[in-house]
Amino acid sequence: MNIEHVLAQKGGQVYTARPDQTVREVLAQLAAHNIGALVVVDDRVRPLGIISERDIVRAAVRDEALFGRPVRQLMTRDLITAAPGDDLRVVAHTMTERRIRHLPVVVGDRLAGIVSIGDVVKAQRDQYEGEIDMLEARVATEHP
Amino acid sequence: MSQIGTEAHPLRVAVIGAGPTGFYAAEQLLGRKDLVVDVDMYDRLPTPYGLVRYGVAPDHQKIKSVTAVFDRTAAHPRFRFFGNVEYGRHLTLDDLTGHYHQLVFCTGAQTDRPLGVPGEDLAGSYPATEFVAWYNGHPDYTQHRFDLEQEVAAVVGVGNVAVDVARILLRSTDELARTDIADYALETLRESRVKEVHMLGRRGPAQAAFTNPEIQELAELPHADATALPDEVQLDELSQGVVERTRDHTTMKKVEILQGVAARAPQGKPRRLVLRFLVSPTELLGRNQHVHGMRLVRNRLEATSAGTLVARSTGEVEDLPAGLVFRSVGYRGVPLPGVPFNEKWGVILNDKGRVLDPETQEPRKGLYTAGWIKRGPSGVIGTNKPDAAETVANMRADLEQDLVLSPDHPQAEAVAALVRERQPHAFSYADWRTLNEIEVARGRAAGRPRVKFTRVEEMLAALGR
Repeated sequence: MNIEHVLAQKGGQVYTARPDQTVREVLAQLAAHNIGALVVVDDRVRPLGIISERDIVRAAVRDEALFGRPVRQLMTRDLITAAPGDDLRVVAHTMTERRIRHLPVVVGDRLAGIVSIGDVVKAQRDQYEGEIDMLEARVATEHP
Repeated sequence: MSQIGTEAHPLRVAVIGAGPTGFYAAEQLLGRKDLVVDVDMYDRLPTPYGLVRYGVAPDHQKIKSVTAVFDRTAAHPRFRFFGNVEYGRHLTLDDLTGHYHQLVFCTGAQTDRPLGVPGEDLAGSYPATEFVAWYNGHPDYTQHRFDLEQEVAAVVGVGNVAVDVARILLRSTDELARTDIADYALETLRESRVKEVHMLGRRGPAQAAFTNPEIQELAELPHADATALPDEVQLDELSQGVVERTRDHTTMKKVEILQGVAARAPQGKPRRLVLRFLVSPTELLGRNQHVHGMRLVRNRLEATSAGTLVARSTGEVEDLPAGLVFRSVGYRGVPLPGVPFNEKWGVILNDKGRVLDPETQEPRKGLYTAGWIKRGPSGVIGTNKPDAAETVANMRADLEQDLVLSPDHPQAEAVAALVRERQPHAFSYADWRTLNEIEVARGRAAGRPRVKFTRVEEMLAALGR
């Protein structure tokens, strides 16, 4: 199973932020869409960075003025991205090992979507459940 | 709480598509003890089971035993089947929304992805899915012709569909004659002059999508010697790293099988299979509008930031002579009239099975999807069960919020009358059971699992209609 099969069932909308938006605006978007991170993009939808609820929580502890600051000051610029054809198993491993909860998916240099660790775990679980179901059905017909 | 779903007002659901996903969805809809649900299943073909009948290879009968589970679902008193009834032709979206509270589209992924290289439409170059549908007796493909006069064939792709195509080309007619392959296909394959099949993978052996039992079987065919190039099945450092990091024993085993193939001496079998890796066709070469070979470029692997490996061209080319080409680099869904489509991924526009409006990105009331037309083609048949379960759970949650359609004609008889009017030759599940018995009886006489009906007129005649 590939990353595109996860993205295909997540609608057509990808929520993004602009680098000059404030952290407060980002928080409002995260809450409105019930999501945990936004990819920060330029006007050609090329990813510049990512900002997550964790980034904001950690920074808020030591920075009272955080909420009025532009996103570009807080976002993670060192982006790890995936491609639609990437194998789910390998991506799941990378996300787990490097403790990444959200992975932007890029086609060419444009943002095409974002997958969360929850999406990936669910897709893997469905895949394994399906395989087990087939094996059980086969055993049941061969050894009734 | 809604009044719908009771004995007096059953929840009426239309399932469009009678493949595995349609049956899994029906099973879950009908399995609720606390809810009374009517399921009407539609298929544009007269017969149920979708790709289990027309996709799974004829020499893989055991996989087809999953139909016993589907038959149990179909035996539910609140299940009806309308075969030979096509969505968008005999019944429109308005027809269905006028008769049901919820619709769930499970139409699968019906076309091939193109290779995207010059010459792919030359005569002698075919989508693998058409060949598969043809040898399985799919009524839409009985008139197709495949030029098996050629001695060398190339199959582009290393998934299980590519393996099926290669295996059918390499099996002897005696082996195929014991299966339920379409009779016309058996006759054509009897005359086949194909001696050599090259299977081409873009990336290395560790990234090949075929599963281990499938490649093992292909490598051990009684009438075909399998070979591979030792340097192409070597595990490169990057792949080695990924396999070790993810402790991927299945892939290690796969590479072992392929290295075993490369090390093996030919046994003088009449046909030959050549497994190739790290090559991509850049052009199909033609002569008089017919394919006679392809230009391949050698690839190397490169790691992405996500830890996966992608193929990059080295610029080094070679020409492979082949008069027959099958393209098998993935399936794609086909848009349905009136149902929003996500062109980017080739699926119905949806959020976890709820069909979305393209403008607002909000759910379209009463419309759902499951299976390959929801997520794209991936996994085994059984993967569609949890997938359908997710959609059905959302259908259930929406019903509890009263977010269902309000059909003008929610009576089971009303839609049955409409179907009779639009398609007098609709098939019921009882019709299918009768056809099935005839097919199996015809097969028993010939020592085969069944002899399939391949034309709709034949099926009608067999039922005396």
